[in-house]
Amino acid sequence: MKHEIIETNAGLLIALTLVVISIGGLVEIVPLFYIDDTVEEVEGVRPYTPLELRGRDLYVREGCYTCHSQMIRPFRDEMLRYGHYSLAAESMYDHPFQWGSKRTGPDLARVGGKYSNDWHVRHLIDPRAVVPESIMPGYPWLARRDLRYDDIERRMRALRIAGVPYSLTEEEFAANVERFGEETARQLDIARARENLEAQARRGNYDGDPSRITEMDAMVAYLQMLGTLVDFTRYDEGYFVEFR
Amino acid sequence: MNEPGHEQQSAPGKPGEVETTGHVWDGDLREYNNPLPRWWLWSFYATVVFSLIYWLLYPAWPIAGTYTKGIAWINYEVEGESQRSHWNSRALLVRDMQTGDAAVRQREFLQVIAEADHDTVLSDTDMLAFVNSYARGIFGDFCAACHQTGGAGIIGLYPNLADDNWHWGGTIQAIEQTITRGRMGYMPPYRETFDDQQADAVAAYVLSLAGHEGGDPEQVSLGGSIFQGYEGGCYACHGREGLGLKSQGAPNLTNDIWQNIDVTGAQSHAERQALVRDLILRGVQREMPAFGDRLSPAEIRVLATYVHQLGGGL
Repeated sequence: MKHEIIETNAGLLIALTLVVISIGGLVEIVPLFYIDDTVEEVEGVRPYTPLELRGRDLYVREGCYTCHSQMIRPFRDEMLRYGHYSLAAESMYDHPFQWGSKRTGPDLARVGGKYSNDWHVRHLIDPRAVVPESIMPGYPWLARRDLRYDDIERRMRALRIAGVPYSLTEEEFAANVERFGEETARQLDIARARENLEAQARRGNYDGDPSRITEMDAMVAYLQMLGTLVDFTRYDEGYFVEFR
Repeated sequence: MNEPGHEQQSAPGKPGEVETTGHVWDGDLREYNNPLPRWWLWSFYATVVFSLIYWLLYPAWPIAGTYTKGIAWINYEVEGESQRSHWNSRALLVRDMQTGDAAVRQREFLQVIAEADHDTVLSDTDMLAFVNSYARGIFGDFCAACHQTGGAGIIGLYPNLADDNWHWGGTIQAIEQTITRGRMGYMPPYRETFDDQQADAVAAYVLSLAGHEGGDPEQVSLGGSIFQGYEGGCYACHGREGLGLKSQGAPNLTNDIWQNIDVTGAQSHAERQALVRDLILRGVQREMPAFGDRLSPAEIRVLATYVHQLGGGL
């Protein structure tokens, strides 16, 4: 094709420019979808429960990812501070993933269980009440606002389309029982989403106020499960190397 | 190449000066066709050579369900057996943790400390220097969120670790246990049990235990009988003399050190009494998470030694 044809035809020029500049991205990203070892084989990773899912949505809504990453890189200093490096498998049900690229605050990939529920509630309401040197803004409304979950089924259905195994049919439920065990499979059943969400909030009482379900309940439930699904004591230190 | 405005190589008026691409737009817009600078061209060739070598050494090109792994390798050990892997950052980390200078030195120190008894660690300046520098990092990340950077805690929320007053015991063993298993601090609320008069009386008695004078003697004596009797049963955890019981995390009430309420900051006896009374009525429920799954026993020992040293005591 003569250069002149492209240069004198703006539409064609734009289209071909897009093709050329996307090659760099495509050759780096696309193979990851079909290389067998991208997602490690590991026990324990499951999709979020309805309450955790709402917490995750709030995490996205409040823009936590702009200051907190969820990606522990395989370096010694990160391992000493944050724990085992993040696995691809651990965010296989994240749409979109929350790896982030900026750490104004600490990485949160394994923050689950590190601090008490009570601490998280105080910290989210007013970070400087517990960490005087913190520069994190407060999120006091999380404790005030009732959690909206009348659309929880729709949120789960949307993720199901993206490939997250929330179950709609009997067969899908049976497949989940097979894959995750009965207890987890129930949590993934879209038909039971509302009762599951309410039961977990009641049982966990994350915000310390058992009388209602607030956004804080969902947020803390989500934070407290981050990075806790895989039991790393079950794998020797060479196991995850084999997937790279 | 025979559109209107199209010309041969050079621009009119500047014959032979700079070659152009030969395209002309809007009658007089032309494009110079300068050769690329030499330095740029050679840099470009250098990057091409670099990438060829890189592709050879490191993981690079995807092929079907896998990819070229490269010929660079990393040796590491898994359970005593030598393993060899193509170069990748995970294997690099395993090797670094096993044979890296800093990691090896750190592990040696941790091992010595894990095997030494507590007094040896406390009396050995080298070990102590390691404890203080290694533990400061762990403390800053795991403990300081609640107990604050210097360990002073927050009154009413998180205990002060920087003094020599301990709810669950201040020996290194006791602190190790606290860190490993976590603690659930609980005092039942007496809202349903005491009426206002009783709560006031117990508060007056508790303050007298701590040496605060100025309480109504009648209240103090009534409070004492409730504290020591079946009605309050406070003695079960705090002891007959109010010295506390470390196995229950029940604080000593006689030393005028207050973790849950700011008694020493209060201005008058009435204010102090109100603080203690409210605490009795609402009870205490505190939780310290367990860190046994997150930190190794050696790290916990280092941390416990550090925390013990913040304030000393038993």
